Amino acid sequence: MTDMARGMVIIGAGECGGRAALALRELAYDGPVTLVGDEPHPPYERPPLSKDAMVSEAPEIKAIASEAILAEKSIRHIHSVQAVAIDRAAHAVRLSDGSVLPYDKLLLATGSTPRKLPMPGLGPRCVYLRTFTDALAIRAHLTAGNRIAIIGGGFIGLELAAAARKLGASVTVIEAQPRILMRGVPAEIAEIIHEAHVAEGVKILCGDGIVSIADDGKQVRIALAGGQELSADLAVIGIGAVPVTGLAAEAGLTIDNGIAVDAELRSSDPDIFAAGDCCSFPLAVYGGRRVRLEAWRNAQEQGALAARNMLDTGEAHAAVPWFWSDQYGLSLQIAGLSDEGRSTVRRDLGDGAFILFHLAEDGRLVAASGIGPGNAVARDIRLAEMLIGKRAKPAPEALGSQAIKLKSLLAA
Amino acid sequence: MNDWVEACATGDIDEEDVMRFDHGGRTFAIYRSPDDEFFATDGLCTHEKVHLADGLVMDDIIECPKHNGRFNYKTGDARGAPVCVNLKTYPVKVDAGKVLIQIG
Repeated sequence: MTDMARGMVIIGAGECGGRAALALRELAYDGPVTLVGDEPHPPYERPPLSKDAMVSEAPEIKAIASEAILAEKSIRHIHSVQAVAIDRAAHAVRLSDGSVLPYDKLLLATGSTPRKLPMPGLGPRCVYLRTFTDALAIRAHLTAGNRIAIIGGGFIGLELAAAARKLGASVTVIEAQPRILMRGVPAEIAEIIHEAHVAEGVKILCGDGIVSIADDGKQVRIALAGGQELSADLAVIGIGAVPVTGLAAEAGLTIDNGIAVDAELRSSDPDIFAAGDCCSFPLAVYGGRRVRLEAWRNAQEQGALAARNMLDTGEAHAAVPWFWSDQYGLSLQIAGLSDEGRSTVRRDLGDGAFILFHLAEDGRLVAASGIGPGNAVARDIRLAEMLIGKRAKPAPEALGSQAIKLKSLLAA
Repeated sequence: MNDWVEACATGDIDEEDVMRFDHGGRTFAIYRSPDDEFFATDGLCTHEKVHLADGLVMDDIIECPKHNGRFNYKTGDARGAPVCVNLKTYPVKVDAGKVLIQIG
């Protein structure tokens, strides 16, 4: 038998790996496709875990593809096991159950894992959110009157704070930085989200570090540098994520803030690809600046792109980063990386919704950050994303004027 | 099956745009294509029930405002992740400057 019988192996059955497996079949690849995941579930959407899945009575996974669909597409899903070693010379992956999977091309879609709080005193009431199982465990504590401490004022923590409030829990967010959402969200927008939380009864403590935590299994006592002490029934730690690179590193692949890949998502081994949260890649729209993104759409798009390139299409990554968050009735959307900007133009859309356009020194539109009720900013953020992708230099006056449709700037 | 319902005036929708139309407890999306034809689909994205009328029309594609699911609004066909369930479409006619859809 030729090597063709080995087929494609995907390690990581999350959004990225799941999309890659489906994409291989959509691309009419008819060799073996094997998807390996350490969770018991079929690939599922992770964004609801800090949002809708939290507030419903009986949370369910939102599957990307059910086991039946995977079977129908002849995608072999090996679940509840870990990949423990890659034998690059033999083109094979060894799994925690002792089995060995040979591959023609391998995709590492291993994702990221919550950054651990480097502090003694953590116990069973100090938890992280990454998986559906984590979400279920947290959900059990989100009841009226329960005190929830959220360590970290990033997206996960804040979305969870909103969900916990909706369920009547008492919520305190502790953020060591001077404000919430320091990473990637302009202060003007972070302030609106901050105010929304305060209006809903969330207590937010910024600029105050934690000096000690004591978890006796029933409650968590947290002492802050400023002298304040608080007790909680549950502490959820959301202080960022780190890429899962151990398998790749042990196999000798180049690691650089994630598994280093080229524009085609190929690692330092030409037969091994990496995509999604676990990889760092050159972002073409910013001249090849190497980035790693923890974003849902990036995971989707890179999964599909990796699938195409595993079939040797030689297609370079060209997408513009895009993030979103929902909290209470507000929706935040960001296209591009706002730290690329040197000046900002504001466009008001009515009903309190607005977009900040971030321009580089040469006038190029490099990012757009918007916030507003419902989906008020969605359409214009999408258009901004296209303008960013085109490396357009729209006139600041046009960006700032509600009277000028962004769509008309695309044609220019 | 002759239940034509007036949704809007033709001038209410720009070319290559979409608007929301609610009727009888249901919500629809009415589209005007770049070549000035009108179309109608169910108004909510099949992925997470978001109003498509808040989305962006480019050529014959409507893109959901929330998670960028794409559909061909002329046929209802889902065009890629994260959506996989097609949209239902409805017959449309224009009569005396009014856009009518057959809800059925």
